[in-house]
Amino acid sequence: MNPDPNLYDYWPYRDRPKIVWPGGKKLAFWIAPNIEFYEFQPPANPKRPGWPRPAPDVVGYSQRDYGNRVGHWRLMELLDQHSLKGSVSLNVAMCDHCPEIIEACAARGWEFFSHGIYNTRFSYEMDEAQERAMLDDSIRTVEAATGQRIRGYLAPALTHTPRTLDLIAEHDFWYTCDLFQDDQPQPVKTKTGRLVSMPYSLEVNDVITYGALAMDPWRYGDILKRQFDQLLEEGEASGTVMCIPLHAYLVSQPHRVRAFDQALAYITGHKDDVWFATAREIAGFYREHCWDQTLADIAAKGCATGGSGFQGETT
Amino acid sequence: MTLPSDYLDYPRRRHGQDMDRYDWQMAKDRSPAKLANGKAVAVMMVVNCEFHPINPANNPFRHPAGMVTPYPDLRHFTSRDYGNRVGVFRILDALRAEGLKATFPVSAALLTRARPLIEAIINDGHEIAGAGLHGDAIHWSGLEHDEENRRVEAVRAAFTAAGLNPVSWMSPARQQSFATPDILTAHGFTRTLDWESDQVPVALRTANGPLTALPVHNELEDFKLLIERHQSEALWRDQILEAKDFLAAESAGRGAAVLGFTLTPFVTGQPFRIRALREILCALAGDETVWCAGADEIAKAFGQTDR
Repeated sequence: MNPDPNLYDYWPYRDRPKIVWPGGKKLAFWIAPNIEFYEFQPPANPKRPGWPRPAPDVVGYSQRDYGNRVGHWRLMELLDQHSLKGSVSLNVAMCDHCPEIIEACAARGWEFFSHGIYNTRFSYEMDEAQERAMLDDSIRTVEAATGQRIRGYLAPALTHTPRTLDLIAEHDFWYTCDLFQDDQPQPVKTKTGRLVSMPYSLEVNDVITYGALAMDPWRYGDILKRQFDQLLEEGEASGTVMCIPLHAYLVSQPHRVRAFDQALAYITGHKDDVWFATAREIAGFYREHCWDQTLADIAAKGCATGGSGFQGETT
Repeated sequence: MTLPSDYLDYPRRRHGQDMDRYDWQMAKDRSPAKLANGKAVAVMMVVNCEFHPINPANNPFRHPAGMVTPYPDLRHFTSRDYGNRVGVFRILDALRAEGLKATFPVSAALLTRARPLIEAIINDGHEIAGAGLHGDAIHWSGLEHDEENRRVEAVRAAFTAAGLNPVSWMSPARQQSFATPDILTAHGFTRTLDWESDQVPVALRTANGPLTALPVHNELEDFKLLIERHQSEALWRDQILEAKDFLAAESAGRGAAVLGFTLTPFVTGQPFRIRALREILCALAGDETVWCAGADEIAKAFGQTDR
């Protein structure tokens, strides 16, 4: 094990080559509803219990089911009102459990990317064949349900192995949401492929804001506006990315929807400067137009170290 | 059940502290400090840039900002790395906009890994301090003396190789062993940001001459207030400015004071927190009673021995 997994090179956030998003926009904005399934009786993983409490964790389970029964529809209607398309972080077993939701998202032209099979099946201790099987299942399941070939990945419950990013790159994924080192995309050092780290904020993620940091709805709305203002200001020098990750079981609670609605109204009021996109569109543009200039700038700043991620750990 | 009989012996029960690094003196009894520049409050902002390895030993404890989940914890590794890549540059920009100087404790591991950051700190005129080898290289009393000495020696060698000669030191997780002050001065570190014993700098006795302790307020740490205690950015800002105003008022009788607090890059450097930081810096820059400077400069201004 190395202290630094070498998944990307150090790259200072100053004097970077200018990114101009399509249409001359300064900020690429995307929104990531997590559409998840947590099992009632998940099997044990040696590194982490399926639920914090002994199964059945009826409080935790039923709150997530509330998200699926009540919350997603609220979110879909809200995003419709603001003409926003979601990029769905999908536990793909939802295609089997709640196909109505998947069909409704697909009908809206939303994008899907894989968030594993279930949020209660963790990657820890998987061997290579098992991790490959999970990726193949993800690609196959979403294709069968929606016709879409998934291009993005966020490991289930943010659990990884040293192989994860090499494997998704080999499967022709375009972007990973698993890395939080930047507000701009960056090439990931995988053995093959052309994988981009896509900014997917943990800091304004509702799991952090409502869960870990215990914010009230109005502070959450205020934080989103402040995040947006700062990233838009910086996008003048070089285009930035802002993502709002969502969990219906949190953000779609009745006391929280309106504060979120107001934040979205604020953000979508900046149409001249903002590219409202899906993650696949951002990654596709970046791979085509920004990949090479980033690597050249990293090299010019003396920060290119070569090699690939988790060297010596992924044989 | 019974405790050993010496459990009720109190060999160091006496007037003053039960250790000898410095002497007992109450703030009310010392002669009020007067700074040559006439300022009442010396603000010491500490922008702590630590490298947190993805494979920590967590010995003897997990650094509060260290890894959390099973290996490989990409989530926390990259979130901390965000601070040293992105967040710290927002802080640098905000300081530059107000023309304010700060102290940047830096892990030795960042000297080569994040060379552009080191250059930016120097070019902007801030003080660089040592912050140990990295966030997981914690100094504590279970370390063999030779091992702790080797660590500080290695930190000094790394800074020398990078062309730097820091005199200030902040320990990883601000944890020390009983011997740390002696080892620091043996390797040319004469200021430490680990002890918060007074409102002014205090000289610690060491085997190699004095080590100045400059107070950093634990109760104003951004990580503690914003992350651990879930306070809002507005409350964080208000508490720092309240401390500034209180110390300015108190200085009439008590003399000049140091106000030390952290600006942790992965915390304060988040986009949604920059407005609050700008408001803090704007208030500091606009206050005639305030002087913002690096740790060594503040120590000198308070009459602490120069090396």
